[in-house]
Amino acid sequence: MTLLEVAGVSKSFPGVRALDDVSFTLRPGEVHALVGENGAGKSTLIKVLTGVYRPDSGELRYRGEPVSFAAPMDAQRAGISTIYQEVNLVPLMSVAQNLFLGREPRNRLGLVDRGRMEREARDILADYGVTTDVRRRLGALPLGAQQMVALARAVMIDAQVVIMDEPTSSLEPREVQTLFGVIRRLHARGIGIVYVSHRMDELYEICDAVTILRDGRLVHTGELAGLERIELVSMMLGREMSPARRQGFTAFAGDHDADDTAPPILAVTGLTSRNRLHDVSFDVRPGEVVGLGGLLGAGRSETIKAIGGAYPIDGGTIRVDGEDLGRPSTVRAVAAGIAVQPEDRKAEGIVAGLSVRDNIALAVLPRMSRLGIVSEARIDAIVQRYMTRLRIKASSPGQLVGDLSGGNQQKVLLARLLATDPKILLLDEPTRGIDVGAKAEVQSLIDELAGEGLGVVLVSSDAEELVEGADRVVVLRDGAVVGHLTGDRVTTEDLMAGIAAAAAPSEDPA
Amino acid sequence: MTPALLTPPATGAGPRGGDRTDRIVGVVQRQGALAVLVAVVAVALAVFPDFRSLDNTGTILVAAAPPMLIALGMTFVILTGGIDLSVGSLYVLGGVLAAWASRHGAVAAVLVPLVVCGGIGLLNGVLIARTRMAPFIVTLAALLGARGLMRALSDEGSTTYLVESDTFGRLGTGSLLGVGYQVWLAVGLVLIGMLVLARTGFGQSVYAIGGSEDASALMGVSVRRTKVLVYVLSGLLAGLAGAVNAAKLGSGVTVLGAGMELDAIAAVVIGGTLLTGGAGSIAGTVAGVLLLGVIQNMINQVGDLNSNWQQVISGSFLAVVVVAQTVLNRLRRVQ
Repeated sequence: MTLLEVAGVSKSFPGVRALDDVSFTLRPGEVHALVGENGAGKSTLIKVLTGVYRPDSGELRYRGEPVSFAAPMDAQRAGISTIYQEVNLVPLMSVAQNLFLGREPRNRLGLVDRGRMEREARDILADYGVTTDVRRRLGALPLGAQQMVALARAVMIDAQVVIMDEPTSSLEPREVQTLFGVIRRLHARGIGIVYVSHRMDELYEICDAVTILRDGRLVHTGELAGLERIELVSMMLGREMSPARRQGFTAFAGDHDADDTAPPILAVTGLTSRNRLHDVSFDVRPGEVVGLGGLLGAGRSETIKAIGGAYPIDGGTIRVDGEDLGRPSTVRAVAAGIAVQPEDRKAEGIVAGLSVRDNIALAVLPRMSRLGIVSEARIDAIVQRYMTRLRIKASSPGQLVGDLSGGNQQKVLLARLLATDPKILLLDEPTRGIDVGAKAEVQSLIDELAGEGLGVVLVSSDAEELVEGADRVVVLRDGAVVGHLTGDRVTTEDLMAGIAAAAAPSEDPA
Repeated sequence: MTPALLTPPATGAGPRGGDRTDRIVGVVQRQGALAVLVAVVAVALAVFPDFRSLDNTGTILVAAAPPMLIALGMTFVILTGGIDLSVGSLYVLGGVLAAWASRHGAVAAVLVPLVVCGGIGLLNGVLIARTRMAPFIVTLAALLGARGLMRALSDEGSTTYLVESDTFGRLGTGSLLGVGYQVWLAVGLVLIGMLVLARTGFGQSVYAIGGSEDASALMGVSVRRTKVLVYVLSGLLAGLAGAVNAAKLGSGVTVLGAGMELDAIAAVVIGGTLLTGGAGSIAGTVAGVLLLGVIQNMINQVGDLNSNWQQVISGSFLAVVVVAQTVLNRLRRVQ
């Protein structure tokens, strides 16, 4: 018998086919891992399962019956609960109120019975290892406890299916074990669990089955036990493992002539951020491209942001040209010559409502002005220079960036970074979502910049881009460096082996 | 039931430093206005010999009744994270309507303003909840509309309707146990409001929506219905406040009441309710209204002091409270 099933579901958004004929089956008492890289279609599938989206085609069956949920509430009422990555509760209300919101116990007068509500909340939460005062504001609890409250709430409403979207991303190891205890209990009660995570060790510890999505399509579904880690990783990344260094998939030319003896322009040591980064260290020499490899959630973007001063760290030092940046801040990073190209171009990069010219000039305005008055002529000169050099295709410098293609938006962003004359470029997925031609142009540009002596850190989920573009690759997993690929070992095969390797026995939570 | 977990507790309730900060901040936020009110009253008692007279206390309470009703409705609105700018206009409109309808008896004098102002509140609520337009803009439109309606009704203010029902008039002038009827009315509605907020599903929804609208929707709170209801409530209470004031003055006065919405917002915020919604209390609002009333009264006692100083002082209070809220919230977050 199947509990929840989607058959041949497709879902498109303007310009993207998010799900393409995907089928998925969840049995009672099964803990089913749902994995895939960014854009694979996991979140779309979850949203179809929970009634947020309606599929364009295909069928959703729940306990053998075809169903169609008009809203998330319908799915919840039917017994499908979701625990989102970001806790979706009300931080300003008490723990007990959050647990019972909408289902508060009433007294004979029909009024909310606070005493009973608090007593019951205490009893329920004790089962989840949360022994806090239930009258406290939820927001005052550690994230792990908040997650448990969300889970308790989800299970309370007679859930048959619980969908967990990266539930452990903000938990301490001990809290993870408590969560697994709860999951095993749900499993014993015949509740089906969809478990989304990128942590290999967790998947193999708690999950029975796995479904792998890539680019909106189903790649593999089946028992997890028989599947080698490295097979899982290669199916997620969608690459045949190749022992060869270069196969010419990208426009990268080859090794850069970085001087191996030159002192590093960027030296990162012991970068640590609670739960997210653990003792990350690496160097970049002038003229060198260093790749950061790993799965989604491995800590690549966090590392980049931390170096750029935009992610809080608890420890570690960042040296530029041998000089300690001290407590990192974006202002200090920029002043030291670090330029960051963020992963989310639309949200954190370009300003769609401004012109190409204004977008490029944004970062250099402080240097282009005297007594607060901006020199228009100097800005025009800079804008012209970078538009030509990066071959930005815009009708004029006055065209709105929002009207450009993704590739040209990316180039505008790069132009802005380069206009500040950086020594170090941190690029987070520089070619994502741009067409093939623009991709090749951006790749050769990275080569060119490294050739001019910049230190480049490259993050890419595209394994080939990473191994062909980088001179060395630092492999991250769960926020820690797990491997260093140099020379002939910079291959997709070695990269995937590094990502898939099981955690060292000493780290194993079991 | 299932056996309890064998794993160790994930999170303790152990005494942590942040915990105490959190609790202290909470107390200051909830009781700050009350403490200031007590202090101000103490100063007034010491400085102004007339302040302590029963007469004067009665004056303060009677004057505070209509603002209290308006601020009560505003508390619900602000707790959901909204704002209602139309209540000042509705208050005036309610007064004119009550005086105009009083020729048909006391019942009409109360019902007509309630129906009209409640209706405008409903319109506000539906527009805000259905179209997701900003409450600021929707209720600003209602402010202008209601003001126009009032002007049309009173021929640009040239026609003043007198209260023609004695029964209705007594609502504003009569008293029970030496306390004006309108004060009893305000006290009664405040108590009901507190009960509704603390002990009904609707009250919980109000807090939940203000705390996080998206999370509330995911948890099955009917966000739209709750939002519509708070604006209806706000409109009803503003209309009622206008009617009560008309009964007291014996006519529908068209010039008073402009800016009442801002006083109400000030009282709510001074009372510790977060302007962003999700936290606050009616008790705080009561303290806020009384605080503004007492300050006004003290300035009147000084005599030759221009009463506009009241606004300067209220404004300063508001600024201090808003700064304090920001600091307190930061303290909470830092822990």
